[in-house]
Amino acid sequence: MFSEEKLNKVKEIIARYPAGKQKSALIPVLHLAQEEFGGWLSSETMDYVASLLQIKPIEVYEVATFYSMFNLKPVGKYVFEVCQTGPCMLRGSDNIIDYIKKKLDISVGETTKDGLFTLKTVECLGACGYAPMMQLGKHYREHLTPEKVDAIIEECRSKAN
Amino acid sequence: MGRKLLFDKAHIEGIRYYDVYRANGGYGSAEKALKSMSPEQVLDEVKKSGLRGRGGAGFPTGMKWSFIAKPEGVPRYLVCNADESEPGTFKDRYLMEFIPHLLIEGLLISSYTLGCNSCYIYIRGEYAWIPDILEEAIADAKKNGWLGKNIQGTGFDLEIYVQRGAGAYICGEETALIESLEGKRGNPRIKPPFPAVKGLWDCPTVVNNVETLATVVPILRIGGEEYAKYGTGKSTGTKLISACGNINKPGVYEIEMNISVEEFIYSDEYCGGIPNGKRLKACIPGGSSVPILPANLLLKTAKGEPRMMTYESLSDGGFATGTMLGSGGFIVLDEDQCIVKNTLTFARFYHHESCGQCSPCREGTGWMKRVLLNIENGKGKMSDIDLLWDIQRKIEGNTICPLGDAAAWPVAAAIRHFRDEFEWHVLHPEEATKRNYGLAHYADPLEIAAPAAV
Repeated sequence: MFSEEKLNKVKEIIARYPAGKQKSALIPVLHLAQEEFGGWLSSETMDYVASLLQIKPIEVYEVATFYSMFNLKPVGKYVFEVCQTGPCMLRGSDNIIDYIKKKLDISVGETTKDGLFTLKTVECLGACGYAPMMQLGKHYREHLTPEKVDAIIEECRSKAN
Repeated sequence: MGRKLLFDKAHIEGIRYYDVYRANGGYGSAEKALKSMSPEQVLDEVKKSGLRGRGGAGFPTGMKWSFIAKPEGVPRYLVCNADESEPGTFKDRYLMEFIPHLLIEGLLISSYTLGCNSCYIYIRGEYAWIPDILEEAIADAKKNGWLGKNIQGTGFDLEIYVQRGAGAYICGEETALIESLEGKRGNPRIKPPFPAVKGLWDCPTVVNNVETLATVVPILRIGGEEYAKYGTGKSTGTKLISACGNINKPGVYEIEMNISVEEFIYSDEYCGGIPNGKRLKACIPGGSSVPILPANLLLKTAKGEPRMMTYESLSDGGFATGTMLGSGGFIVLDEDQCIVKNTLTFARFYHHESCGQCSPCREGTGWMKRVLLNIENGKGKMSDIDLLWDIQRKIEGNTICPLGDAAAWPVAAAIRHFRDEFEWHVLHPEEATKRNYGLAHYADPLEIAAPAAV
């Protein structure tokens, strides 16, 4: 269940659209829900969002499964989403992905045993001039090198403690 | 230095904020439009400017605007396409992050012209920090009477809302974007009806790219005719180019469309050449979907003329020897890069991003990816090259939206111009997994290898 504050945010989002078009709020509200409920969308969460927007649960499932930013299973506290498309590949993203795999001892799509890190490969994030790069939470980490990756991992570990 | 119209004030500290933007002439174009011009007069200026859609297709903006239906009592919408997802393209991000008021002002003028009272900026979900910047700019504009009710006492009302997507390239296609804005999967619609007649919530809608809408501001400032004097021929004005790959100075550049490709790559004002003394192998000048060109055809057209950074010159020679300006996502490959691998990453991209509605695209993109993966891993057969050609031909033109074409073209162009490199992968699988083809045969101009007839 959302807090009072988040429920007000939902109302504010719905007010952006004409009356009766509250379904338009679905993607913004799913973002909110994912942030609020542990970084992923369980079927309970999706049903809850459906009830908030007065739409059918299937309408939420359809959307949640379509967009790549919605996680349908639990993820680590920090998700490394490393871009692997052409422009990043030209600047060495393969090496960065390999380095993270070794460093965290996980494969792409896996989460470390301590539940701290998940590694995902993603397609172009629009930071091609600052490649190689990854998304970490709300922000981009650009011009990645093994040293920078080490520093990011350390930063996350110390934040988690 | 090339003349600038969008980034002319980008260097001013604090231009991101309302006060600085306003103090440097910001909202002057909006003031002029709203207070002294009719919507028809503004439309006329945009038409005279020759502005073409900056998202990739290059359709004349004034003409697109003139198509909007105006039925009595039905709201009209302007949607700003900030879903920037074409690999190699990151220009709109720069504009929104650093000069957000330029976009807001452009949206205001455009909404006034089209008669829209609500405008939505649909921004790709991954640009998660930019909505905060835009919303702050919107709030400041509103505080200063540039948004909301009765703007500057003119009686015109406008609200701008920012909507985040959630990771789907296809939502950059205008009808998919509208579907997404309605809270649905991003499945493109069959056209007609076009959005200008039946768009967002079945109302007349115009969808334009960020850069296109921002460009309306300098057009109003200097006038359509003056704007049209910038650039060359039908490529009027300036264009934002996001340059990446193997160059010394990746970044976003505003160019006047009258410079050569060679100057853009090698001059210090722009990309600053290729690092480590490497030679230029190939380039994809307009975002990943436009055809890749080998260096010789990139720098000179088949007629031997210098290739210019314009819509016309880049597409000179059609797809046989030319390419497209597209979105301005300029990707440079140096001599060490592998064309097969590069093509594979794009095929994987389009497979990942296909919405799955049309079978040629849904099945074909995955099939191309698997065949390319085999060739790249040294498990390809000669017949695979013809197979790839065959698949891409069967995707192109056979889908509801242009994603099918966008997936087909990079594969087609790679085979068309670099067939020998694909063959080398097949014939030397051991070597191909260890090293790249490089420029072994590259000193001679590459033949335009026509694939075997299928």
